[in-house]
Amino acid sequence: MIQEKLAETPAAPGAVPMLLALRNVGKVFSNGVTALSKVDLAIREGDFLSLLGPSGCGKSTALRLIAGLSTPTSGQLDWRGSIDRSNTGFVFQEPTLLPWASVFDNVWLPLRLKGVSRAKAEPAVMEMLSRVHLTGFENAVPRELSGGMKMRVSIARAMVTKPRILLMDEPFAALDEITRFKLNNDLLELWQDERFTVVFVTHSVFESVFLSSRVVVMAARPGRVHGELPINAPYPRDEAFRTSPDYAALCRQASDVLVDAINSTAGSHHDGH
Amino acid sequence: MTAIEDATLKLDPEEARRARQERLERIGKWVLPLAIMVLAIVLWDRICVWNEIPQYILPRPGVVLQTLHNDAGLLFSSLLVTLRITFFSLLLAVIGGVGLAVLFAQSKWVEMSFFPFAIVLQVTPIVAIFPLINIYVNNQTVKLLLCAWIVAFFPILSNTTLGLNSVDRNLRDLFKLNGATRWQQLRYLRLPAAMPYFLGGLKIAGGLSLIGAVVAEFVAGAQGQSSGLASRIIEAGYRLNAPRLFAALILISLTGILIFLVLSLVSHLILRRWHESALKQER
Repeated sequence: MIQEKLAETPAAPGAVPMLLALRNVGKVFSNGVTALSKVDLAIREGDFLSLLGPSGCGKSTALRLIAGLSTPTSGQLDWRGSIDRSNTGFVFQEPTLLPWASVFDNVWLPLRLKGVSRAKAEPAVMEMLSRVHLTGFENAVPRELSGGMKMRVSIARAMVTKPRILLMDEPFAALDEITRFKLNNDLLELWQDERFTVVFVTHSVFESVFLSSRVVVMAARPGRVHGELPINAPYPRDEAFRTSPDYAALCRQASDVLVDAINSTAGSHHDGH
Repeated sequence: MTAIEDATLKLDPEEARRARQERLERIGKWVLPLAIMVLAIVLWDRICVWNEIPQYILPRPGVVLQTLHNDAGLLFSSLLVTLRITFFSLLLAVIGGVGLAVLFAQSKWVEMSFFPFAIVLQVTPIVAIFPLINIYVNNQTVKLLLCAWIVAFFPILSNTTLGLNSVDRNLRDLFKLNGATRWQQLRYLRLPAAMPYFLGGLKIAGGLSLIGAVVAEFVAGAQGQSSGLASRIIEAGYRLNAPRLFAALILISLTGILIFLVLSLVSHLILRRWHESALKQER
Protein backbone atom coordinates (compact mmCIF):
# COMPACT_ATOMS: atom_id res chain seq x y z
CA MET A 1 0.00 0.00 0.00
CA ILE A 2 1.29 3.42 -0.88
CA GLN A 3 1.52 5.69 2.12
CA GLU A 4 1.58 9.38 1.40
CA LYS A 5 3.72 11.22 3.85
CA LEU A 6 2.42 14.47 5.27
CA ALA A 7 4.57 17.54 4.96
CA GLU A 8 7.11 17.87 7.77
CA THR A 9 6.34 21.54 8.27
CA PRO A 10 3.08 22.60 9.86
CA ALA A 11 0.61 24.12 7.43
CA ALA A 12 -0.19 27.32 9.25
CA PRO A 13 1.87 29.24 11.79
CA GLY A 14 0.72 28.44 15.30
CA ALA A 15 -1.09 25.29 14.19
CA VAL A 16 -0.27 22.10 16.04
CA PRO A 17 1.57 19.75 13.67
CA MET A 18 -0.37 16.74 12.47
CA LEU A 19 0.98 13.36 13.51
CA LEU A 20 -1.34 11.00 11.72
CA ALA A 21 -4.38 11.28 9.50
CA LEU A 22 -6.88 8.56 8.67
CA ARG A 23 -8.24 9.39 5.22
CA ASN A 24 -11.47 7.81 4.08
CA VAL A 25 -10.55 4.61 5.93
CA GLY A 26 -12.82 1.59 5.65
CA LYS A 27 -12.51 -1.93 7.01
CA VAL A 28 -14.61 -4.89 5.91
CA PHE A 29 -14.06 -8.23 7.66
CA SER A 30 -13.98 -11.48 5.73
CA ASN A 31 -17.42 -12.38 7.19
CA GLY A 32 -18.88 -9.36 5.38
CA VAL A 33 -19.25 -7.09 8.42
CA THR A 34 -18.35 -3.47 7.71
CA ALA A 35 -16.46 -2.45 10.82
CA LEU A 36 -15.46 1.00 9.60
CA SER A 37 -16.75 3.14 6.79
CA LYS A 38 -15.22 6.35 5.39
CA VAL A 39 -13.46 7.41 8.56
CA ASP A 40 -11.58 10.70 8.43
CA LEU A 41 -9.63 11.51 11.54
CA ALA A 42 -6.73 13.84 12.14
CA ILE A 43 -4.54 13.19 15.15
CA ARG A 44 -2.40 16.14 16.15
CA GLU A 45 0.84 16.11 18.08
CA GLY A 46 0.11 16.18 21.81
CA ASP A 47 -3.59 15.36 21.48
CA PHE A 48 -5.35 13.39 24.16
CA LEU A 49 -8.01 12.06 21.85
CA SER A 50 -10.79 9.77 23.00
CA LEU A 51 -12.80 7.58 20.69
CA LEU A 52 -16.17 7.34 22.39
CA GLY A 53 -18.98 5.16 21.16
CA PRO A 54 -21.32 2.23 21.75
CA SER A 55 -20.01 -1.30 21.30
CA GLY A 56 -19.71 -2.31 17.66
CA CYS A 57 -18.88 1.23 16.45
CA GLY A 58 -15.42 0.16 15.31
CA LYS A 59 -13.41 2.18 17.82
CA SER A 60 -11.18 -0.76 18.69
CA THR A 61 -10.84 -1.62 15.00
CA ALA A 62 -9.65 1.94 14.32
CA LEU A 63 -7.06 1.57 17.07
CA ARG A 64 -5.83 -1.74 15.67
CA LEU A 65 -5.48 -0.14 12.23
CA ILE A 66 -3.34 2.64 13.68
CA ALA A 67 -1.21 0.08 15.55
CA GLY A 68 -0.72 -1.90 12.35
CA LEU A 69 -2.35 -5.02 13.82
CA SER A 70 -4.76 -4.89 10.91
CA THR A 71 -4.78 -3.23 7.48
CA PRO A 72 -7.53 -1.00 6.07
CA THR A 73 -9.70 -2.34 3.24
CA SER A 74 -9.94 1.13 1.71
CA GLY A 75 -8.47 4.55 2.33
CA GLN A 76 -5.14 5.19 3.93
CA LEU A 77 -3.20 6.18 7.02
CA ASP A 78 -0.85 9.10 6.52
CA TRP A 79 1.94 9.37 9.04
CA ARG A 80 3.97 12.52 9.30
CA GLY A 81 7.54 12.35 8.06
CA SER A 82 9.67 9.61 9.55
CA ILE A 83 7.08 8.62 12.13
CA ASP A 84 5.24 5.34 11.63
CA ARG A 85 3.51 2.62 13.59
CA SER A 86 6.79 1.55 15.19
CA ASN A 87 6.49 4.75 17.25
CA THR A 88 3.31 3.50 18.93
CA GLY A 89 2.74 1.89 22.31
CA PHE A 90 -0.35 -0.22 22.93
CA VAL A 91 -2.29 -0.86 26.13
CA PHE A 92 -4.90 -3.62 25.92
CA GLN A 93 -8.15 -3.87 27.83
CA GLU A 94 -6.62 -6.68 29.89
CA PRO A 95 -3.19 -6.08 31.43
CA THR A 96 -1.88 -8.81 29.07
CA LEU A 97 1.26 -9.53 31.07
CA LEU A 98 3.49 -12.59 30.83
CA PRO A 99 2.32 -14.48 33.95
CA TRP A 100 5.64 -16.29 34.42
CA ALA A 101 7.78 -13.17 34.21
CA SER A 102 8.56 -10.62 36.92
CA VAL A 103 7.32 -7.04 36.69
CA PHE A 104 10.80 -5.99 35.58
CA ASP A 105 10.93 -8.61 32.83
CA ASN A 106 7.46 -7.65 31.63
CA VAL A 107 8.43 -4.00 31.25
CA TRP A 108 11.78 -4.97 29.74
CA LEU A 109 10.07 -7.10 27.07
CA PRO A 110 9.65 -4.51 24.26
CA LEU A 111 13.30 -3.47 24.64
CA ARG A 112 14.40 -7.10 24.91
CA LEU A 113 12.66 -7.86 21.61
CA LYS A 114 14.69 -5.02 20.09
CA GLY A 115 17.88 -6.66 21.35
CA VAL A 116 18.54 -4.44 24.39
CA SER A 117 20.27 -6.36 27.18
CA ARG A 118 18.94 -6.44 30.75
CA ALA A 119 21.76 -4.24 32.02
CA LYS A 120 21.32 -1.67 29.25
CA ALA A 121 17.53 -1.64 29.68
CA GLU A 122 17.63 -1.33 33.46
CA PRO A 123 17.71 2.48 33.77
CA ALA A 124 14.78 2.90 31.37
CA VAL A 125 12.75 0.12 33.02
CA MET A 126 13.35 1.39 36.56
CA GLU A 127 12.53 4.94 35.46
CA MET A 128 9.23 3.81 33.93
CA LEU A 129 8.35 1.74 37.02
CA SER A 130 8.87 4.77 39.21
CA ARG A 131 6.73 6.88 36.84
CA VAL A 132 3.81 4.48 37.37
CA HIS A 133 4.50 4.29 41.13
CA LEU A 134 5.66 0.67 41.17
CA THR A 135 9.17 1.08 42.52
CA GLY A 136 9.95 -1.86 44.77
CA PHE A 137 7.70 -4.28 42.88
CA GLU A 138 10.14 -5.16 40.11
CA ASN A 139 10.58 -8.74 41.34
CA ALA A 140 6.89 -9.48 41.90
CA VAL A 141 5.03 -11.68 39.42
CA PRO A 142 1.69 -10.46 38.00
CA ARG A 143 -0.53 -12.70 40.14
CA GLU A 144 0.88 -11.05 43.25
CA LEU A 145 -0.41 -7.65 42.07
CA SER A 146 -3.87 -6.06 42.21
CA GLY A 147 -5.81 -5.26 39.04
CA GLY A 148 -4.78 -1.61 39.12
CA MET A 149 -1.11 -2.44 39.63
CA LYS A 150 -1.18 -4.89 36.72
CA MET A 151 -2.56 -2.13 34.53
CA ARG A 152 0.26 0.17 35.69
CA VAL A 153 2.79 -2.46 34.62
CA SER A 154 1.02 -2.64 31.27
CA ILE A 155 1.28 1.14 30.85
CA ALA A 156 4.94 1.13 31.88
CA ARG A 157 5.61 -1.58 29.30
CA ALA A 158 3.90 0.43 26.56
CA MET A 159 5.84 3.59 27.51
CA VAL A 160 9.29 2.09 28.01
CA THR A 161 10.15 2.51 24.32
CA LYS A 162 9.20 6.22 24.49
CA PRO A 163 6.51 6.01 21.80
CA ARG A 164 5.13 9.14 20.09
CA ILE A 165 1.58 7.78 20.24
CA LEU A 166 0.10 5.73 23.06
CA LEU A 167 -2.89 3.68 21.93
CA MET A 168 -5.20 2.55 24.74
CA ASP A 169 -8.09 0.14 24.19
CA GLU A 170 -10.52 0.60 27.11
CA PRO A 171 -7.65 0.06 29.52
CA PHE A 172 -9.51 0.82 32.75
CA ALA A 173 -12.91 -0.67 31.89
CA ALA A 174 -12.42 -3.69 34.15
CA LEU A 175 -11.25 -1.74 37.20
CA ASP A 176 -13.28 -0.53 40.16
CA GLU A 177 -14.13 3.17 40.23
CA ILE A 178 -11.68 4.23 42.93
CA THR A 179 -8.79 2.55 41.13
CA ARG A 180 -9.96 3.94 37.79
CA PHE A 181 -9.98 7.52 39.08
CA LYS A 182 -6.50 7.07 40.50
CA LEU A 183 -5.18 5.67 37.24
CA ASN A 184 -6.91 8.47 35.28
CA ASN A 185 -5.07 11.05 37.38
CA ASP A 186 -1.73 9.27 37.08
CA LEU A 187 -2.12 8.85 33.33
CA LEU A 188 -2.82 12.57 32.89
CA GLU A 189 0.22 13.41 35.00
CA LEU A 190 2.40 11.15 32.87
CA TRP A 191 0.95 12.61 29.66
CA GLN A 192 1.61 16.17 30.77
CA ASP A 193 5.18 15.40 31.76
CA GLU A 194 6.14 13.44 28.66
CA ARG A 195 4.04 15.25 26.04
CA PHE A 196 3.20 12.20 23.98
CA THR A 197 -0.03 11.76 22.00
CA VAL A 198 -2.81 9.50 23.27
CA VAL A 199 -5.62 7.79 21.40
CA PHE A 200 -7.93 6.43 24.08
CA VAL A 201 -10.83 4.11 23.31
CA THR A 202 -13.65 4.12 25.86
CA HIS A 203 -17.39 3.75 26.19
CA SER A 204 -17.50 5.97 29.28
CA VAL A 205 -18.63 9.57 28.69
CA PHE A 206 -17.27 10.65 32.07
CA GLU A 207 -13.87 9.10 31.56
CA SER A 208 -13.47 10.54 28.05
CA VAL A 209 -14.38 14.07 29.14
CA PHE A 210 -12.14 13.97 32.21
CA LEU A 211 -9.09 12.85 30.27
CA SER A 212 -9.33 14.25 26.77
CA SER A 213 -8.52 17.37 24.88
CA ARG A 214 -10.78 16.07 22.08
CA VAL A 215 -13.60 13.54 22.15
CA VAL A 216 -14.49 11.90 18.86
CA VAL A 217 -17.90 10.22 19.02
CA MET A 218 -18.46 7.20 16.80
CA ALA A 219 -21.64 5.50 15.64
CA ALA A 220 -22.24 1.86 14.79
CA ARG A 221 -23.42 -0.17 11.76
CA PRO A 222 -21.35 0.76 9.92
CA GLY A 223 -18.67 2.11 12.26
CA ARG A 224 -18.12 5.78 11.47
CA VAL A 225 -17.21 9.13 12.99
CA HIS A 226 -20.39 10.84 14.11
CA GLY A 227 -19.09 14.04 15.62
CA GLU A 228 -16.33 15.71 17.55
CA LEU A 229 -16.30 17.65 20.78
CA PRO A 230 -13.31 19.73 21.89
CA ILE A 231 -12.82 19.66 25.66
CA ASN A 232 -11.44 23.10 26.35
CA ALA A 233 -11.01 22.75 30.11
CA PRO A 234 -7.47 23.55 31.21
CA TYR A 235 -4.94 21.00 32.45
CA PRO A 236 -3.88 19.89 35.01
CA ARG A 237 -7.25 18.42 35.83
CA ASP A 238 -7.72 17.03 39.29
CA GLU A 239 -10.44 15.90 41.68
CA ALA A 240 -11.77 19.47 41.84
CA PHE A 241 -12.41 19.36 38.09
CA ARG A 242 -14.25 16.09 38.50
CA THR A 243 -16.88 17.79 40.68
CA SER A 244 -16.99 21.15 38.86
CA PRO A 245 -20.04 22.48 36.96
CA ASP A 246 -17.82 22.83 33.86
CA TYR A 247 -17.15 19.13 33.90
CA ALA A 248 -20.82 18.33 34.37
CA ALA A 249 -21.76 20.59 31.44
CA LEU A 250 -19.15 19.01 29.17
CA CYS A 251 -20.33 15.52 30.13
CA ARG A 252 -23.84 16.60 29.28
CA GLN A 253 -22.71 17.80 25.84
CA ALA A 254 -20.73 14.64 25.13
CA SER A 255 -23.62 12.54 26.30
CA ASP A 256 -25.98 14.38 23.93
CA VAL A 257 -23.69 13.73 20.97
CA LEU A 258 -23.42 10.07 21.99
CA VAL A 259 -27.20 9.68 22.26
CA ASP A 260 -27.50 11.34 18.87
CA ALA A 261 -24.96 8.87 17.45
CA ILE A 262 -26.86 5.90 18.86
CA ASN A 263 -30.17 7.23 17.50
CA SER A 264 -28.63 7.77 14.08
CA THR A 265 -27.90 4.04 13.95
CA ALA A 266 -31.45 3.18 14.99
CA GLY A 267 -32.74 5.66 12.33
CA SER A 268 -30.73 4.07 9.55
CA HIS A 269 -32.47 0.80 10.35
CA HIS A 270 -35.88 2.39 9.92
CA ASP A 271 -34.76 3.76 6.58
CA GLY A 272 -34.40 0.19 5.49
CA HIS A 273 -30.65 0.18 4.88
CA MET B 1 -3.02 -6.91 63.57
CA THR B 2 -2.66 -8.69 66.92
CA ALA B 3 -6.27 -7.92 67.73
CA ILE B 4 -7.36 -9.75 64.61
CA GLU B 5 -5.10 -12.70 65.33
CA ASP B 6 -6.41 -12.92 68.90
CA ALA B 7 -9.93 -12.93 67.55
CA THR B 8 -9.24 -16.14 65.64
CA LEU B 9 -9.05 -17.90 68.99
CA LYS B 10 -12.73 -17.18 69.57
CA LEU B 11 -14.32 -18.57 66.43
CA ASP B 12 -18.01 -18.84 65.91
CA PRO B 13 -19.30 -22.45 65.77
CA GLU B 14 -19.41 -22.57 61.98
CA GLU B 15 -15.80 -21.39 61.52
CA ALA B 16 -14.66 -23.63 64.38
CA ARG B 17 -16.25 -26.61 62.69
CA ARG B 18 -14.58 -25.68 59.42
CA ALA B 19 -11.17 -25.33 61.08
CA ARG B 20 -11.62 -28.71 62.79
CA GLN B 21 -12.62 -30.26 59.47
CA GLU B 22 -9.52 -28.88 57.76
CA ARG B 23 -7.26 -30.17 60.53
CA LEU B 24 -8.82 -33.63 60.29
CA GLU B 25 -8.45 -33.69 56.51
CA ARG B 26 -4.79 -32.72 56.75
CA ILE B 27 -4.09 -35.64 59.09
CA GLY B 28 -6.42 -38.07 57.31
CA LYS B 29 -4.74 -37.44 53.95
CA TRP B 30 -1.65 -39.26 55.22
CA VAL B 31 -2.94 -41.54 57.92
CA LEU B 32 -5.84 -43.13 56.02
CA PRO B 33 -3.96 -44.56 53.01
CA LEU B 34 -1.14 -45.74 55.28
CA ALA B 35 -3.58 -47.47 57.63
CA ILE B 36 -5.38 -49.19 54.74
CA MET B 37 -2.02 -50.29 53.29
CA VAL B 38 -0.90 -51.77 56.62
CA LEU B 39 -4.28 -53.44 57.04
CA ALA B 40 -4.07 -54.98 53.56
CA ILE B 41 -0.58 -56.36 54.25
CA VAL B 42 -1.68 -57.84 57.57
CA LEU B 43 -4.72 -59.40 55.87
CA TRP B 44 -2.49 -60.80 53.11
CA ASP B 45 -0.29 -62.39 55.76
CA ARG B 46 -3.25 -63.81 57.66
CA ILE B 47 -4.85 -65.29 54.53
CA CYS B 48 -1.61 -67.12 53.74
CA VAL B 49 -1.50 -68.53 57.28
CA TRP B 50 -5.18 -69.38 57.65
CA ASN B 51 -5.42 -71.13 54.30
CA GLU B 52 -1.95 -72.68 54.54
CA ILE B 53 -1.13 -71.39 51.04
CA PRO B 54 2.25 -72.73 49.86
CA GLN B 55 5.05 -70.21 49.35
CA TYR B 56 5.35 -70.89 45.60
CA ILE B 57 1.76 -69.75 45.08
CA LEU B 58 1.41 -66.81 47.47
CA PRO B 59 4.37 -65.97 49.72
CA ARG B 60 3.81 -64.15 53.01
CA PRO B 61 4.81 -60.46 53.04
CA GLY B 62 7.65 -61.19 55.42
CA VAL B 63 9.12 -63.72 53.01
CA VAL B 64 8.92 -61.22 50.15
CA LEU B 65 10.75 -58.69 52.25
CA GLN B 66 13.33 -61.31 53.15
CA THR B 67 13.82 -62.11 49.46
CA LEU B 68 14.15 -58.43 48.62
CA HIS B 69 17.00 -58.33 51.11
CA ASN B 70 18.64 -61.65 50.13
CA ASP B 71 18.43 -61.13 46.36
CA ALA B 72 19.23 -57.43 46.60
CA GLY B 73 22.35 -57.69 44.45
CA LEU B 74 20.58 -59.46 41.60
CA LEU B 75 17.38 -57.41 41.78
CA PHE B 76 19.00 -54.00 42.07
CA SER B 77 21.40 -54.59 39.19
CA SER B 78 18.34 -55.55 37.11
CA LEU B 79 16.52 -52.47 38.37
CA LEU B 80 19.43 -50.37 37.19
CA VAL B 81 19.13 -51.84 33.69
CA THR B 82 15.41 -51.07 33.59
CA LEU B 83 15.95 -47.60 35.02
CA ARG B 84 18.56 -46.82 32.40
CA ILE B 85 16.15 -47.74 29.58
CA THR B 86 13.35 -45.81 31.28
CA PHE B 87 15.43 -42.70 31.79
CA PHE B 88 16.92 -42.56 28.30
CA SER B 89 13.61 -43.30 26.60
CA LEU B 90 12.00 -40.51 28.65
CA LEU B 91 14.81 -38.19 27.63
CA LEU B 92 14.31 -39.12 23.97
CA ALA B 93 10.55 -38.71 24.39
CA VAL B 94 11.09 -35.19 25.71
CA ILE B 95 13.47 -34.28 22.89
CA GLY B 96 11.33 -35.92 20.23
CA GLY B 97 7.98 -34.77 21.64
CA VAL B 98 8.98 -31.15 22.19
CA GLY B 99 10.95 -31.05 18.93
CA LEU B 100 7.99 -32.30 16.91
CA ALA B 101 5.59 -30.01 18.77
CA VAL B 102 7.76 -26.99 17.97
CA LEU B 103 7.85 -28.11 14.34
CA PHE B 104 4.05 -28.52 14.33
CA ALA B 105 3.65 -25.10 15.90
CA GLN B 106 5.51 -23.45 13.02
CA SER B 107 2.64 -24.07 10.68
CA LYS B 108 -0.87 -25.41 10.82
CA TRP B 109 -0.15 -27.27 7.57
CA VAL B 110 2.73 -29.25 9.04
CA GLU B 111 0.59 -30.17 12.04
CA MET B 112 -2.35 -31.22 9.87
CA SER B 113 -0.07 -33.34 7.69
CA PHE B 114 1.92 -35.18 10.33
CA PHE B 115 -0.23 -35.39 13.45
CA PRO B 116 -2.15 -38.46 12.14
CA PHE B 117 1.14 -40.38 11.93
CA ALA B 118 1.84 -39.67 15.57
CA ILE B 119 -1.62 -40.95 16.45
CA VAL B 120 -1.14 -44.14 14.44
CA LEU B 121 2.13 -44.73 16.26
CA GLN B 122 0.40 -44.16 19.57
CA VAL B 123 -2.68 -46.34 19.14
CA THR B 124 -0.89 -49.39 17.74
CA PRO B 125 -0.05 -51.69 20.70
CA ILE B 126 3.68 -51.78 21.26
CA VAL B 127 3.62 -55.55 21.80
CA ALA B 128 2.38 -55.89 18.23
CA ILE B 129 5.09 -53.62 16.81
CA PHE B 130 7.95 -55.21 18.69
CA PRO B 131 8.47 -58.27 16.43
CA LEU B 132 9.02 -55.82 13.56
CA ILE B 133 11.53 -53.80 15.53
CA ASN B 134 13.18 -57.08 16.41
CA ILE B 135 13.70 -57.79 12.71
CA TYR B 136 14.95 -54.35 11.74
CA VAL B 137 17.07 -53.44 14.75
CA ASN B 138 20.01 -55.51 15.94
CA ASN B 139 21.23 -53.66 18.98
CA GLN B 140 19.42 -54.80 22.13
CA THR B 141 19.49 -51.43 23.91
CA VAL B 142 18.31 -49.57 20.81
CA LYS B 143 15.40 -52.01 20.51
CA LEU B 144 14.25 -51.40 24.05
CA LEU B 145 14.76 -47.66 23.80
CA LEU B 146 12.74 -47.46 20.60
CA CYS B 147 9.87 -49.37 22.19
CA ALA B 148 9.74 -47.29 25.34
CA TRP B 149 10.07 -44.12 23.29
CA ILE B 150 7.09 -44.94 21.07
CA VAL B 151 4.96 -45.42 24.18
CA ALA B 152 6.17 -42.31 26.01
CA PHE B 153 6.55 -39.57 23.43
CA PHE B 154 2.92 -39.09 22.47
CA PRO B 155 1.61 -37.41 25.65
CA ILE B 156 4.50 -34.97 25.50
CA LEU B 157 3.91 -34.24 21.83
CA SER B 158 0.17 -33.75 22.12
CA ASN B 159 0.30 -31.72 25.34
CA THR B 160 3.13 -29.48 24.17
CA THR B 161 1.40 -28.88 20.82
CA LEU B 162 -1.75 -27.88 22.68
CA GLY B 163 0.27 -25.56 24.94
CA LEU B 164 2.13 -23.89 22.08
CA ASN B 165 -1.19 -23.17 20.40
CA SER B 166 -2.93 -21.91 23.54
CA VAL B 167 -1.19 -18.55 23.80
CA ASP B 168 -3.38 -15.59 24.74
CA ARG B 169 -4.41 -13.68 21.58
CA ASN B 170 -3.52 -10.29 23.05
CA LEU B 171 -0.06 -11.48 24.02
CA ARG B 172 0.47 -12.63 20.46
CA ASP B 173 -0.60 -9.17 19.26
CA LEU B 174 1.78 -7.59 21.74
CA PHE B 175 4.69 -9.53 20.28
CA LYS B 176 3.60 -8.64 16.75
CA LEU B 177 3.38 -4.95 17.71
CA ASN B 178 6.92 -5.04 18.99
CA GLY B 179 8.19 -6.64 15.81
CA ALA B 180 9.17 -9.95 17.45
CA THR B 181 10.75 -12.54 15.15
CA ARG B 182 9.40 -16.08 14.93
CA TRP B 183 12.23 -17.27 17.13
CA GLN B 184 11.65 -14.56 19.76
CA GLN B 185 7.97 -15.39 19.84
CA LEU B 186 8.79 -19.05 20.41
CA ARG B 187 11.49 -18.39 22.98
CA TYR B 188 9.82 -15.69 25.07
CA LEU B 189 6.13 -16.45 24.61
CA ARG B 190 5.08 -19.82 23.27
CA LEU B 191 7.55 -22.10 25.04
CA PRO B 192 6.97 -20.58 28.51
CA ALA B 193 3.22 -20.57 27.89
CA ALA B 194 3.38 -24.26 26.94
CA MET B 195 5.38 -25.18 30.07
CA PRO B 196 2.39 -26.24 32.28
CA TYR B 197 1.03 -28.37 29.43
CA PHE B 198 4.44 -29.92 28.77
CA LEU B 199 4.93 -30.74 32.45
CA GLY B 200 1.50 -32.40 32.55
CA GLY B 201 2.55 -34.52 29.56
CA LEU B 202 5.89 -35.27 31.20
CA LYS B 203 4.19 -36.70 34.30
CA ILE B 204 2.20 -39.11 32.13
CA ALA B 205 5.21 -39.92 29.95
CA GLY B 206 7.35 -40.73 33.02
CA GLY B 207 5.02 -43.54 34.01
CA LEU B 208 4.60 -44.66 30.41
CA SER B 209 8.32 -44.87 29.74
CA LEU B 210 8.67 -47.27 32.69
CA ILE B 211 5.77 -49.32 31.34
CA GLY B 212 7.32 -49.17 27.86
CA ALA B 213 10.68 -50.33 29.19
CA VAL B 214 9.13 -53.23 31.13
CA VAL B 215 6.91 -54.34 28.24
CA ALA B 216 9.83 -54.18 25.81
CA GLU B 217 11.92 -56.26 28.20
CA PHE B 218 9.11 -58.75 28.52
CA VAL B 219 8.96 -59.27 24.79
CA ALA B 220 12.72 -59.26 24.41
CA GLY B 221 13.18 -61.25 27.63
CA ALA B 222 11.01 -64.02 26.26
CA GLN B 223 13.81 -64.51 23.76
CA GLY B 224 16.39 -64.51 26.57
CA GLN B 225 17.98 -61.24 25.52
CA SER B 226 17.44 -58.97 28.48
CA SER B 227 18.63 -58.58 32.03
CA GLY B 228 16.13 -56.02 33.33
CA LEU B 229 13.54 -56.46 36.05
CA ALA B 230 10.96 -57.84 33.63
CA SER B 231 13.22 -60.72 32.68
CA ARG B 232 13.76 -61.39 36.41
CA ILE B 233 9.99 -61.67 36.73
CA ILE B 234 9.69 -64.08 33.78
CA GLU B 235 12.60 -66.12 35.08
CA ALA B 236 11.13 -66.29 38.58
CA GLY B 237 7.81 -67.34 37.05
CA TYR B 238 9.42 -70.27 35.23
CA ARG B 239 11.12 -71.39 38.42
CA LEU B 240 8.01 -70.96 40.57
CA ASN B 241 10.04 -68.54 42.67
CA ALA B 242 7.02 -66.51 43.78
CA PRO B 243 8.82 -64.52 46.50
CA ARG B 244 11.31 -63.12 44.01
CA LEU B 245 8.52 -62.43 41.54
CA PHE B 246 6.73 -60.38 44.18
CA ALA B 247 9.94 -58.63 45.20
CA ALA B 248 10.63 -57.58 41.60
CA LEU B 249 7.05 -56.44 41.20
CA ILE B 250 7.28 -54.29 44.33
CA LEU B 251 10.50 -52.75 43.05
CA ILE B 252 8.85 -51.80 39.75
CA SER B 253 5.89 -50.33 41.60
CA LEU B 254 8.10 -48.29 43.89
CA THR B 255 10.09 -47.07 40.90
CA GLY B 256 6.91 -45.89 39.20
CA ILE B 257 5.82 -44.05 42.33
CA LEU B 258 9.26 -42.47 42.69
CA ILE B 259 9.25 -41.29 39.06
CA PHE B 260 5.82 -39.74 39.54
CA LEU B 261 6.85 -37.99 42.76
CA VAL B 262 10.07 -36.62 41.28
CA LEU B 263 8.29 -35.29 38.18
CA SER B 264 5.53 -33.79 40.32
CA LEU B 265 8.15 -32.04 42.42
CA VAL B 266 9.93 -30.72 39.32
CA SER B 267 6.61 -29.47 37.97
CA HIS B 268 5.74 -27.80 41.26
CA LEU B 269 9.12 -26.08 41.53
CA ILE B 270 8.87 -24.68 38.02
CA LEU B 271 5.26 -23.50 38.23
CA ARG B 272 4.88 -22.59 41.90
CA ARG B 273 5.20 -18.84 41.44
CA TRP B 274 2.78 -18.23 38.63
CA HIS B 275 0.56 -21.09 37.51
CA GLU B 276 -2.89 -21.69 38.97
CA SER B 277 -2.30 -25.44 39.29
CA ALA B 278 0.59 -24.92 41.68
CA LEU B 279 -1.01 -22.29 43.87
CA LYS B 280 -2.53 -22.94 47.26
CA GLN B 281 -6.23 -22.22 47.43
CA GLU B 282 -6.77 -18.70 48.74
CA ARG B 283 -9.97 -17.87 50.54
